Amino acid sequence: MRRFTAALFLLGLGVMIAAIYQHIDFSNTAVNAGQAINAVAAEETGAANFVTSVVLAYRGIDTLLELTILFTAAMIGGMVLGRRRVDAPRDPDAGFILRTGADLLFPLLLVVGLYIILHGHLTPGGGFQGGVILAAAFFLPLLARPGITLIDQRVVSLVEGLAGATFISIGLLAMFDGKEFLTPLLDKGELGALISAGTLPILYLAVGIKVGSELAGLLAHLAEAEALD
Amino acid sequence: MDILDSNTILYIAAFGLMLIGISGIVISNHLMRIIFGIALLEAGANLLLMLSTYHEGAAAPIIVDGNVPAMMADPVPQALVLTAIVIGVGILALALSLAIRVQRAYGTLDMREVRLKLEQEISADAGIDMPSSSEKPADIAKVPLNSVVQQESGS
Repeated sequence: MRRFTAALFLLGLGVMIAAIYQHIDFSNTAVNAGQAINAVAAEETGAANFVTSVVLAYRGIDTLLELTILFTAAMIGGMVLGRRRVDAPRDPDAGFILRTGADLLFPLLLVVGLYIILHGHLTPGGGFQGGVILAAAFFLPLLARPGITLIDQRVVSLVEGLAGATFISIGLLAMFDGKEFLTPLLDKGELGALISAGTLPILYLAVGIKVGSELAGLLAHLAEAEALD
Repeated sequence: MDILDSNTILYIAAFGLMLIGISGIVISNHLMRIIFGIALLEAGANLLLMLSTYHEGAAAPIIVDGNVPAMMADPVPQALVLTAIVIGVGILALALSLAIRVQRAYGTLDMREVRLKLEQEISADAGIDMPSSSEKPADIAKVPLNSVVQQESGS
């Protein structure tokens, strides 16, 4: 009975979506914000990557709120999983290939992650993508050798908090200058140079470190969850 | 073939992913499959968001070596999806940690069994009989007292 009603619901949903698709001309949307941003972003923010301009300059407060969502998810994940008992059994070590691969990949992942974060205003990439790669770098050794502690959990929290505080204080500095919250400051520099676009690379570095430490902490919590009997 | 241009295929893919995700959430009983359904729904929603301002042949909105492309893609949905993907990872990790707790508390991830055990626990805590089928009259629906209740009153 439940399956029948579920199938009926899905059929109705499918018909509704098909009807919507028939009647709305999706490909010719009248959204002009993107074209307007493309026209002025290089001059206004000095970043060669316009997606970065949108993420950090035009909707910086949204990015701050999205970081808050991620922080909440990581915090609740840690709360739900809780602390493991001291005598809880550990998973055995992974095989030779994963252990060696983790040792080899750890420095490479660190370099690639930091490169993607620091070049976020020039090339595709940025704090979010690079942060995830950093988190993967710190999670891989945990998969290979369950039970080791790479970095103390308190240090991770401290780094995460400092990164978040940097993001907010850069936003507040703009307000002391009489501008709006999170307005890009400093010299815009030469378009396409590594040191350009004012405060945007610093903001993206803060985002990258925050995302990386949050996800690394969350994954470490998941890996720490007690092995089931 | 007018019906199979690239736009249509991409829209069908986006809506299809969303439909598959929703059907996974609605139909399946296993908690793991429900979480996979959420992941697919997310992927479909992100693809639809990207498609909303898609233009064929538009270049990525990045200036490389001072060359400004003639037509650049809209950066706004790209920025939205960029953050949505990372948040999706956080949400998935949260869902998985909840699933780990369910597995630890009830020993199963099958939602039918979890619901049954949940109802047993609630009625045992409240000291009442298990609620039986809603179609039976209340006085006929006499369920034998659960062992958990007897244990509690004994101790």
